[in-house]
Amino acid sequence: MPLLRMERITKTFPGVVANDRIDLAVDRGEIHALLGENGSGKTTLMNALYGLHRPDSGRILLDGAEVRFSSPMDAIAAGIGMVHQHFMLVPPLTVVENIVLGLKTANAPRSPLLDLRTAAARVRELAATYGLDIDTGAQIWQLPVGAQQRVEILKALYRDADLLILDEPTAVLAPSEVRHLIGVLRGLAASGKAVIFISHKLNEVMEVADRISVLRGGRLAGTVAAAETDPAELARLMVGRDIVPPRRREGRAGDPVLRIEALRVRDDRGLRAVDVVGFSLSSGEILGIAGVDGNGQKELTEAIAGVRAIESGALDLTGLAPSRGERFRNIGHVTEDRHHTGLLMSFPLWENLALKSSDRPPFGSPLWLRVDAMRRATARAIETFSIRAQGPDSPVSALSGGNQQKLVLARELGLRPRLLLAAQPTRGLDVGATEYIHQRLLAARDEGMAILLVSTELDEVLALSDRVLVMYEGRAMGLVDAGEATRETVGMMMAGMERHEAAVQGGT
Amino acid sequence: MSGAAAARGLQALRATSISLAAIALALAASAVLILLAGADPVAAYWALLQGAVGDGFALGNTLARTTPLIFTGLAVAFAFRCNLLNIGAEGQLYAGALASVVIGIYLTGLPSVLHIALSIAGGFLAGAAWGGLAGYLRAARGINEIISTIMLNFVAIFFVSYLVHGPLAEPPGFFHQTAMVAETARLPVIYPKSDLSVAIFLAVAVALLTAYVLWRTPFGLKLRAVGESTGTARFSGVPVNRYVFGAMSVSGGLAGLAGTTEMIGGQYRLLDFFSPGYGFDGIAVAFLGRSDPIGVVFAAFLFAALRVGANHMQRTTGLPTSLILVIQGMVILFILGVAVLEWYRRRQRG
Repeated sequence: MPLLRMERITKTFPGVVANDRIDLAVDRGEIHALLGENGSGKTTLMNALYGLHRPDSGRILLDGAEVRFSSPMDAIAAGIGMVHQHFMLVPPLTVVENIVLGLKTANAPRSPLLDLRTAAARVRELAATYGLDIDTGAQIWQLPVGAQQRVEILKALYRDADLLILDEPTAVLAPSEVRHLIGVLRGLAASGKAVIFISHKLNEVMEVADRISVLRGGRLAGTVAAAETDPAELARLMVGRDIVPPRRREGRAGDPVLRIEALRVRDDRGLRAVDVVGFSLSSGEILGIAGVDGNGQKELTEAIAGVRAIESGALDLTGLAPSRGERFRNIGHVTEDRHHTGLLMSFPLWENLALKSSDRPPFGSPLWLRVDAMRRATARAIETFSIRAQGPDSPVSALSGGNQQKLVLARELGLRPRLLLAAQPTRGLDVGATEYIHQRLLAARDEGMAILLVSTELDEVLALSDRVLVMYEGRAMGLVDAGEATRETVGMMMAGMERHEAAVQGGT
Repeated sequence: MSGAAAARGLQALRATSISLAAIALALAASAVLILLAGADPVAAYWALLQGAVGDGFALGNTLARTTPLIFTGLAVAFAFRCNLLNIGAEGQLYAGALASVVIGIYLTGLPSVLHIALSIAGGFLAGAAWGGLAGYLRAARGINEIISTIMLNFVAIFFVSYLVHGPLAEPPGFFHQTAMVAETARLPVIYPKSDLSVAIFLAVAVALLTAYVLWRTPFGLKLRAVGESTGTARFSGVPVNRYVFGAMSVSGGLAGLAGTTEMIGGQYRLLDFFSPGYGFDGIAVAFLGRSDPIGVVFAAFLFAALRVGANHMQRTTGLPTSLILVIQGMVILFILGVAVLEWYRRRQRG
């Protein structure tokens, strides 16, 4: 008998069927991947399981007995633990304080005092059992992301979870940390626990899962055993058609448009975030910056864009920035966080598209906007970038993430910049939108645009870039030509190895 | 064009219906209070209406009172579009009044049109300087504009008080007031029995101009962009601090015009504490008008009508005029309630 059985789960929200009669069964000792694009219903299904909302119809059975959860507390009590993508930890508290937060003291439920020593001992024991190496006395803010994730897992285990749900757990990890996580999950499964692993990355689920359930458009597209499938089949199940990998033509790099020498930049806390010896970027070239999130990529792009002061060093934009206004028009910037630095969410599409060029023809003049011209241009952009929107007047917030990103791209490419900074251009996007944005970036490069592509997705960097620069703790670990860059060497450099060391270890 | 206009129209209609619903709910709730006070709500509201718009004199008074509220309402709304809370319209109004009166009294021998124009320009600039000071402190020093504008109110109000007690007092100085502004600086009166001058047309014209600036100029687009998301504005090359300063300056200037039109449109001289709180009512007016210049015009009219009608209501029904403050307060509360409901619904969907 499976540990968990979900039968014909249906959940509708106004206007959408988020889950349509989905069946899911997970055994003890199994790592079960839930694969699907954004909006395919993974989160809704897991929220139903975790008691965050109640399905309209269908049953949830644990060990054969039907359960009804009205809140996550019920789910936790029934032995379900969830590790959210965005960690639910309190930064100034210690690891053990976070773990016991909200629990009564186990050995003395009536005691008003917190027995942290006993708790710490139990946490250490759990940590040792499952290979979750952690310092229980450390404060959360001091810990790297990977360690914070281990705290989340320990939190669930401490609450005696038999079924662990991990929502996109690898999104924030370096390749070596991913390997460690997979080891931990295998250990958990071996000890009889069940793991649900939510992801949209094909290779990853192939590697980690025993069985894979694929959701598409709110329905179960199929459940397959990992040993009997391949990424191509999974992609077909997930998208409903074959996926064409981006094809990169041989590039012809032109004149350099960006030169960096001994650049140092500080982050918002005033700590040095970038300390790069130097590199240059030429027109008709994509320079990929690989690295785990938070290793200075953000500060580097912001310094180039002109929204962050440089501490020292040279940033030569070869005439792209004769004035402040020119700089923002000559450098396109697909920002990392489209909600907070890319778009005006409650404003109509046309105002967003016009934002950077509202005071000059064809969109306006210093004194007035040419609304008609803007709306026509927006209608054209909707067409050429196949943005799914009602029209130029609908607010950006009504668009899906992928379509919002296409709008950003439409605006930034529409300015015909000589340099494009593309920071995490496909983060959170589904396969179809990602494919589209990749094609657009490659087309822009073929037309002679210089593109700095920052991505934490190694596959994306490798597929698009002519050269790859790996950043680790603000430093450039090395610059590799596309032909020589392999997953292994770049992955090791992302974990802090210099290029020549990585080459030796990786065997290239 | 028609599509954009239609979309904006629809949005405006929604905003209007919310404001109207809040007004209706506030009147209904106040009716209960009137009943509790032992009076007849229908009679009371009828008296209120009669007093506000019952005849030419009443309407003239209401419109005269609408004028400063339009300006202060616009001032608060304009700043709010840039996500700034200007609580200092009262002080900026005093600054504007002071400049206009000084120009009106001491700059004599000019043709009337020029004198009026200079007085208006002086009032706008003085208000803009006073608002811009708070804007500068916010942009350059990160000082919260809510606090600074509240504080600057006191400075402006008591500085004017000092002036009318001494340096600017009308000889021989028995009364704490300035001399009257020259005839050439006064705005033409429309309805002699009331205080109604052509200032009301100026107010409506400025409201239309404000709407145009906000929605049809690059300046307005960038200003609203700063209000919506500083991050997006900054990453798009908008000099955020300059826009914060600019928004507060224009906002102060608009409030200054309220002082100007009070001075050269009816009162003609500066008195101690001459404003019955137009600057503070402007906050409520902007809120009821949903920070839309056209909405502000109607909200200002409503608030003026309530205030003017209140006296007649008191005379005929014996209900205290302070009931009007209750109604005004409830309108705001109900709008807040709707806003919270909307926010909650959005969150539920998201």
